Amino acid sequence: MDLITPDIGLLFWMLVSFTIVLVILRKLAWKPILSALNERETTIKISLGEARKAREDLVVIKTQNEELVRETQNERDEILKLARDTKNSIVSEAKVKAKEEADKILRQARDEINNEKKAAIEELKSQVATLSIEIAEKILKTELKEENKQKALISTLLEEVRLN
Amino acid sequence: MAGKVSRIIRFLPGIFLLFLFLFQAPVAQCEPEHEQAQDQKFNPGELIMHHIKDAHDWHIITWRGHPVSVPLPIIIYSEDRGFSTFMSSNFEHGHADYDGYRLVHEKIIAVDKSGNIDEAATARLWDFSITKNVVGLFESVIIILLIFLLVAKSYKTRVGQAPKGLQLLMEPIIIFVRDDIAKMAIGPKYERYLPYLLTIFFFIWINNMLGLIPIFPGGANVTGNVAIPLVMASFTFVITTVIGNRNYWQHIFWMPGIPTAVKPLLLVIELMGVFVKPAVLVVRLFANIMAGHIVILVFICLIFIFGEKSMIGGYSVSVASVAFSVFLNFLELLVGAIQAYVFTLLSAIYFGLATQEAH
Repeated sequence: MDLITPDIGLLFWMLVSFTIVLVILRKLAWKPILSALNERETTIKISLGEARKAREDLVVIKTQNEELVRETQNERDEILKLARDTKNSIVSEAKVKAKEEADKILRQARDEINNEKKAAIEELKSQVATLSIEIAEKILKTELKEENKQKALISTLLEEVRLN
Repeated sequence: MAGKVSRIIRFLPGIFLLFLFLFQAPVAQCEPEHEQAQDQKFNPGELIMHHIKDAHDWHIITWRGHPVSVPLPIIIYSEDRGFSTFMSSNFEHGHADYDGYRLVHEKIIAVDKSGNIDEAATARLWDFSITKNVVGLFESVIIILLIFLLVAKSYKTRVGQAPKGLQLLMEPIIIFVRDDIAKMAIGPKYERYLPYLLTIFFFIWINNMLGLIPIFPGGANVTGNVAIPLVMASFTFVITTVIGNRNYWQHIFWMPGIPTAVKPLLLVIELMGVFVKPAVLVVRLFANIMAGHIVILVFICLIFIFGEKSMIGGYSVSVASVAFSVFLNFLELLVGAIQAYVFTLLSAIYFGLATQEAH
């Protein structure tokens, strides 16, 4: 029975010690420890939520980015195509214009040449006429200085006319 | 009045324990009449009981027939003579009287001037001595406070950082007590009882482990002494009784949903249960730890029992004995943790029952 009858002394000291331990630990250990644990757990929970949200956001951003890139690429292609078309049209237009201009210049040149040619021929004709008259005058003057010669001529001319 | 109360306190666990310790009666009876037996034959019963029980000095070794021990302070209050304090070394291991007191089988009794036992004065004697178990208790208190104040400090200084060192060692255990004991057994209102549950868990566990250390600063059979679990179970009992709600008391005094004729019968059973619950806590913890100590010591004693018969016998048995006591030490480490867990879990379950709402 000795074993199972508690000594009053040990009971007393245990009561005192245990109460002190309980009070001190409750105030100075469990309170800060448990609140720190709770705080850490909520922080982790929030952080995990935030991480998940960030991951989801990232996916959205990524798809947005991809779309943006695709759009930009399309736009670029369009612009390039437009530029190429513009270039082509400008070049062909220029070609046509240049050809027209050249044709016009050629035509003008030809007209001018023709005009000049006509003028030159007219000039030449008149010159030849004048010259011919002058030469004929001089020839007539020299040939017809003597009487007999005038008569001879008239007679030849008459001869000719008669023959005709 | 005080004596009557203390007698009730003394016998309350005794009633529940009596049947449990009947089988140990032969061991207790083996006790020799006096310590002088150490000069004669080796007596395992005496050695084991000496270790299991509380003592007024801390026996370390018996060297060439002389006990070497740490003297501890004796504090006695006598209703006739008042307080008296002195060191236990004055008793010279029970061989001498001091200041009108004598130490017989670790019990202090009053004697008169001529050396006769004064029964009347002994009955009115209050022994508040700092015994071996009290020193062991103080040691554990210092260790527990040191550990958890340090851990609490690192929680304050390392805010937002991962736990480290002692903090890292304790954190999973604290979380275990919180989640797997308090939350599970009590429910959403667990936070109020968590400090108490953590305290009893670590108090019991650390004391159990300290009790397994075989030499001086450790080895006091603190949790294996009925007084220690008795105090803690009383705390559990008081808390359960105070927090008990209408639903709890209704289930005890007038169980709903059963025939009225059976209700008085259940009232008796339930009322008994109110007291049996904490008593069971006491028995389980103290009997487990004490039994563990006894079994380990029995295996060690076997060496000397055989050694007394023949030298060779002692040495050959020692191999098996040491192997077994090593195994039992490991087992006791496990038991120490399990008992702390069970005590805490059952306390939590009682709190949970007391605060449960009607469903």
